Amino acid sequence: MGLLSDPVRRRALARLVLRLNAPLCVLSYVAGIAWFLALAFPPLTQRTYMSENAMGSTMVEEQFAGGDRARGFARDFAAHRRKSGALPVAWLERTMRSVGLEVYTQSFSRKLPFPDETHERYMVSGTNVYGILRAPRAASTESLVLTVPCGPDSTNSQAVGLLLALAAHFRGQIYWAKDIIFLVTEHDLLGTEAWLEAYHDVNVTGMQSSPLQGRAGAIQAAVALELSSDVVTSLDVAVEGLNGQLPNLDLLNLFQTFCQKGGLLCTLQGKLQAQDWTSIDGPLQGLQTLLLMVLQQASGRPHGPHGLFLRYRVEALTLRGINSFRQYKYDLVAVGKALEGVFRKLNHLLERLHQSFFFYLLPALSRFVSIGLYMPAAGFLLLVLGLKALELWMQLHEAGVGPEEAGGASGPSPLPPQAQGGEHSGLGQGLDGTEAGSPDLPGTTVGLHHPHQLLTGLPAGRHHGAGCCAHQALWAPATLWHPAGADKSGSHTPRQPVPVARAAGGTAVTGRGLAALSGGAGTGRARAPHLWCPALSAAGPGPLPLLAALLECALLEVTSACPVA
Amino acid sequence: MAANSFRPRVVTALAGLLALSFGSLADSRIEDQAEQFFRSGHTNNWAVLVCTSRFWFNYRHVANTLSVYRSVKRLGIPDSHIVLMLADDMACNARNPKPATVFSHKNMELNVYGDDVEVDYRSYEVTVENFLRVLTGRVPPGTPRSKRLLSDDRSNILIYMTGHGGNGFLKFQDSEEITNIELADAFEQMWQKRRYNELLFIIDTCQGASMYERFYSPNIMALASSQVGEDSLSHQPDPAIGVHLMDRYTFYVLEFLEEINPASQTNMNDLFQVCPKSLCVSTPGHRTDLFQRDPKNVLITDFFGSVRKVEITTETISLQPDLGIMESSNKEDQIDEERMEPLKYAEQLPVAQIIHQKPKLKDWHPPGGFILGLWALIIMVFFKTYGIKHMKFIF
Repeated sequence: MGLLSDPVRRRALARLVLRLNAPLCVLSYVAGIAWFLALAFPPLTQRTYMSENAMGSTMVEEQFAGGDRARGFARDFAAHRRKSGALPVAWLERTMRSVGLEVYTQSFSRKLPFPDETHERYMVSGTNVYGILRAPRAASTESLVLTVPCGPDSTNSQAVGLLLALAAHFRGQIYWAKDIIFLVTEHDLLGTEAWLEAYHDVNVTGMQSSPLQGRAGAIQAAVALELSSDVVTSLDVAVEGLNGQLPNLDLLNLFQTFCQKGGLLCTLQGKLQAQDWTSIDGPLQGLQTLLLMVLQQASGRPHGPHGLFLRYRVEALTLRGINSFRQYKYDLVAVGKALEGVFRKLNHLLERLHQSFFFYLLPALSRFVSIGLYMPAAGFLLLVLGLKALELWMQLHEAGVGPEEAGGASGPSPLPPQAQGGEHSGLGQGLDGTEAGSPDLPGTTVGLHHPHQLLTGLPAGRHHGAGCCAHQALWAPATLWHPAGADKSGSHTPRQPVPVARAAGGTAVTGRGLAALSGGAGTGRARAPHLWCPALSAAGPGPLPLLAALLECALLEVTSACPVA
Repeated sequence: MAANSFRPRVVTALAGLLALSFGSLADSRIEDQAEQFFRSGHTNNWAVLVCTSRFWFNYRHVANTLSVYRSVKRLGIPDSHIVLMLADDMACNARNPKPATVFSHKNMELNVYGDDVEVDYRSYEVTVENFLRVLTGRVPPGTPRSKRLLSDDRSNILIYMTGHGGNGFLKFQDSEEITNIELADAFEQMWQKRRYNELLFIIDTCQGASMYERFYSPNIMALASSQVGEDSLSHQPDPAIGVHLMDRYTFYVLEFLEEINPASQTNMNDLFQVCPKSLCVSTPGHRTDLFQRDPKNVLITDFFGSVRKVEITTETISLQPDLGIMESSNKEDQIDEERMEPLKYAEQLPVAQIIHQKPKLKDWHPPGGFILGLWALIIMVFFKTYGIKHMKFIF
């Protein structure tokens, strides 16, 4: 007989699995955790590389030199902002127009679900201002976005200044094949979301916003900028978006190559990159960065306006300028040059970024772990659940087997072993009482299912009902013989095979099988065909039969507790 | 007195001898000149220049083709004899910071687009079908003259192709390919229709040598930028424009050609040396076994230029028909007449080896070895499971 259809071997296998299960679970869990922690170490991390052919290398000449202009704009913006208290829309419009962009505004308002802590009113309203730089020699079918979020608490005046200076510089170039949208939003992410919803003509957050007057085609990529000081010591890159969504890795690679080219210091999660990956320090720091990234993704918050772009499949990044106590500082020109390089390379794109990974983890800016490598860790953790479920199943099975042997055998018909064999090999044949197979012929439903055998002298622990559940499953569902039922077996209460609840198929076919049974039985047993109530509930050998009993009661209709003797 | 009169007689005799010898030398020089004059059998030159890749980042392929176009035009082949096929417009691409120019050297040294470019097949018209139609002459009736290759049996044709390629194929427009077999067959059609006298085929792609492996028509010389398994590399990265401007092999070929003028006597052997591995990183290759002349006798201008041969002589030359050649050609005609009947198609593709068309009938042998063991195992397991008495159900 086969391994799984031979009851002896099956029991042995079941016992083996049950014995090993706990260590296996622990092992799997530990393996999952260990694999996850090992992700930051060299064989599992890879160096980043550009996958998109069109973007190529960083072979561009950056010519941005508008540092003074940027600072001037920043000061003006800050002054006007302080004066008006909100975004100086008129000033922004005027300045953008003077730089040479097509300027549009959008007003939006939103009732926040919770009252604001500073004001009693909880209605937020604001205005977004954006200018479009049209590509001089191309149709406006695609666009790139440079956005600066301005909130009541975050004064991104230097970012606005840099945005305007870059706009002025870009306006003088003729090599743009995509439109560039320079967007200044009010109220941080709320404004960004309002703009995006209006741009893509959807309304998912219930924002009331005026429709956009000017559009520029499908957005290929976006960069969000947050700068609050004239000089920065490093640029922090944020990639995690709403619900943990990530931009295409190529965008990050592009930015990182320009950082390297310009000597800009770029950080990830606020941490500097480890230089030394051969010793243990580098990977440890990478591990820290990686875990921070996992935490930030798990929070589901978009860590910057870029997170809202990702929902529309626009690859986006947020760059934050950090001014800390370091000696070497970079001014706006360096940041501007890096941005110019990024935009020039994005200009070369022919299709949306799709060549590189969408799911990855970053131990460092120049290293990544792809989903193919970190998924097995999650797989190991989930394996624990699977193993536990398997253990539960087999324990239900085992608990049925145990009492049979304990109860000895009162005139067991010679059929039981074959019955078990029969029932297991006779899947799908149903309880056909009329089927009489010769005991030695395998593959048929044996006479166990003859009604008289059910009625009389059946030892406890009889497994019935393979036909009850005509599953094609490997584990032929066996009925559970309740030990308490066995305890009470002295009584003439007929053994009540209780089918193990294999929910859907079980109920249906159980009904059929039992109907056949009862039909075969024929006598005035007041058994409802579908009723096999566990006669015991409390006196089980353990919680598992109890659990099974509860399950069965829930799944099968229980009209009366036990058939009357 | 006698000595005195003897000397001028000797001198005269010597002078006469010298004059005779000079005359004969001059004669033989004239003969040599005449030989040289008729050395090459072509009377006109054509060029088919093909760039097969589009998109901005393939700027260098267009620049390659345009630099060969420029050289060929400079050396004398007129636009009416050049079929220029460019798959994309780089000069007027929106991303070009210098519109209406295509540079081949960084720092904008050399604009190969020039003022008088005539592109015959442009953009989406550059397809494999159009290319093969141009070569074989099977163009639709309304095709303008500029799009036809009107060559005859005395034309030397230069065919230059560049783009992305692989082992045995060249990619057209990112969507289709031409294989080396198709190309070889096209050349054979050209030979049978007497559409060329000699053909020079240059290809600058990755694994370019695979494209000339299958040629089988006579009078073809081929050059490639890299061997099978090698990549042809790009050159001239230009940050101002943002792309690579040329490929290495064609860059050095262009440099070489810039020094050629219509009168140069540089021959093909020099062209074979053009880009050694130290400069090119890939190994250029060439194939001359189908060519009947010795490459060192083939001038560069035989293919790259259109040189009207003019020789001025002051002596008369009597041109004797070469009886030997005439007799042999007569004999060939007779032999051809005799051989008219049993002509059959040349076996161009070993189809039977490639496609198994009929399974060969093999005698049945009882299974042995592994199969026997496998079947024995299956049968053993079967009988163990079901008992030996079930054998009667089997047999």
